[in-house]
Amino acid sequence: MLTLIQIELYKVFKKWRTYIGFIAIGVLVPIIHTAMVFEGSHTLNFMTRNIQESFFFVGNLLNGYLVSYFILTSLAVHIPFLIALVAGDLLAGEATAGTYRMLITRPISRTQIITSKFLAGIIYTNLLILWLAVMSLVVGLIIFGSGELLVISNQTVIIFEKSDILWRFLLAYGFASLGMSVVASLAFLFSSLVENSIGPIVSTMAVIIVFIILSAINIDFFQTIKPYLFTNYILSWRLFFDDPVDFAELTKATSILAGHIAFFFLLALYLFKRKDILT
Amino acid sequence: MNGDKIIEINSLTKDFKDLRAVNSLNLNVFEGDVFGFLGPNGAGKSTTIRMLLSLIKPTEGSIKLFGKTLQKNRIEILKRIGAIVEKPDFYGYLSAYKNLEILGKISGKEISKNRIMEVLELVGLSKRYKSKVKTFSHGMKQRLGLGQALLHNPDLIILDEPTTGLDPQGMKEIRDLILHLSKVEKKTIFLSSHILYEVELVANRMIIINKGTTKVEGYVKDLLNAKKLKVSFEVNDEDKTNNLLAQSDWINKLESQAKTIFMFSLENDEIADLNRYFVENGIAVSAVIPTRSLEDYFLKITDEVV
Repeated sequence: MLTLIQIELYKVFKKWRTYIGFIAIGVLVPIIHTAMVFEGSHTLNFMTRNIQESFFFVGNLLNGYLVSYFILTSLAVHIPFLIALVAGDLLAGEATAGTYRMLITRPISRTQIITSKFLAGIIYTNLLILWLAVMSLVVGLIIFGSGELLVISNQTVIIFEKSDILWRFLLAYGFASLGMSVVASLAFLFSSLVENSIGPIVSTMAVIIVFIILSAINIDFFQTIKPYLFTNYILSWRLFFDDPVDFAELTKATSILAGHIAFFFLLALYLFKRKDILT
Repeated sequence: MNGDKIIEINSLTKDFKDLRAVNSLNLNVFEGDVFGFLGPNGAGKSTTIRMLLSLIKPTEGSIKLFGKTLQKNRIEILKRIGAIVEKPDFYGYLSAYKNLEILGKISGKEISKNRIMEVLELVGLSKRYKSKVKTFSHGMKQRLGLGQALLHNPDLIILDEPTTGLDPQGMKEIRDLILHLSKVEKKTIFLSSHILYEVELVANRMIIINKGTTKVEGYVKDLLNAKKLKVSFEVNDEDKTNNLLAQSDWINKLESQAKTIFMFSLENDEIADLNRYFVENGIAVSAVIPTRSLEDYFLKITDEVV
């Protein structure tokens, strides 16, 4: 199995499309950093405009942590596209190229093929989030330095001490990886159904956008179904920046997301094992 | 028949919605055979091969390879098979060497670098081993396809239309390679083709299928020679030939006539006799064109499909 995963990762990283995500983050995050260098103070003033009369802020609030938090919030909707770009191609790409035939006529089981491809997709997803963490947090800290983190959540202002921040970011990025792994799993499932990779990418994004819109509509019916939409839990990394952290809610969100990953994977496996390879 | 049954197909059927692609097909391939699997396009050859390689599941029937049921012993069986299925497709963004290296790693055997280069040499691609496959012509991909099928030194080689898209020289090289694999390396070869001539040159046994069912099966030599030949004689004088034939028993063997072309139904050794008869009676024969019954039959079913 290890050999198969290595082969799949080799194939993934030999494709140009794999680097689009890394390049996009590598370009976008420095642009945001540059903007924050020039406009950061203004943005901070805007964020705190309602509370400036009540509080007097001292210290370096425009720091690497704040910038990283800002980036993580801003890119949450865009990263799924970069994930789907690769995960949606994992199986459909083989169908398009006609290479399914060579893979499946080798003495390996379909379960091994699916599992190795799925794990390669998950590894790619995690590496992309790691790259985002390095670019936003590490580079952010280098450029802007560290300090306290100011978070405004539900009309509440929370300021975390410098020593109380890093673990929150590490867990938040870990949770973001889990959330993006759900996106990868969904794209992978769609990828097992079709024979070109455009379909899975578009379908995955369509599902995410529709779910996000449904979650945002303030009508009772949509609020009733909101707990059943996995997109509702993808942004639960924000809970790490509450005080105190609601670990019960985080455990629930983690279980739901992990359950989705398992469900999408098992459904893809079930379908693929029964699939006639006609390409 | 040389030895043990390598492929044993019984009542194999495959339905695609309303289409019955393969219909109760039976066939046996024995150890050491070069087995020709003939049929016009759409006869069900590739569907059968896909079932043999577990790419698709049969609707009914059973497949045994090396005496074992495919469904229950798939991995063990596939270790002993090398195959080309329809057109050869590879990872275009990788080199020929890397494609074979990847396939070697999942072939169930240790494949050394030397073995990869040896196979590339065998199929005439050793000088292009570093080139990305997307830069290859169809013929080169076909050769690489053959290379990947031979890489792990399999006992059974399944070739689905291996000469498609090749130039005459390339076709000859593939035929020579098949003969080498059969005679020198003692491999069993299952060769699918829609060209009778191609199968005739390399196969010892064959089956012709059409619309998913068996039409003819047996030893190539027997099938090609069992029936009478239809032989056309092109002569210089139509009237003189008609008069001459009217005075002999050869008239009973005349099937048809179109101006100076006379077609007879003859045994193999009668061709020379009739030719001598014409020449001795002052009729110049400018062409003798034999058409075998099997070929005739094969062309007929091919035409039906077209």
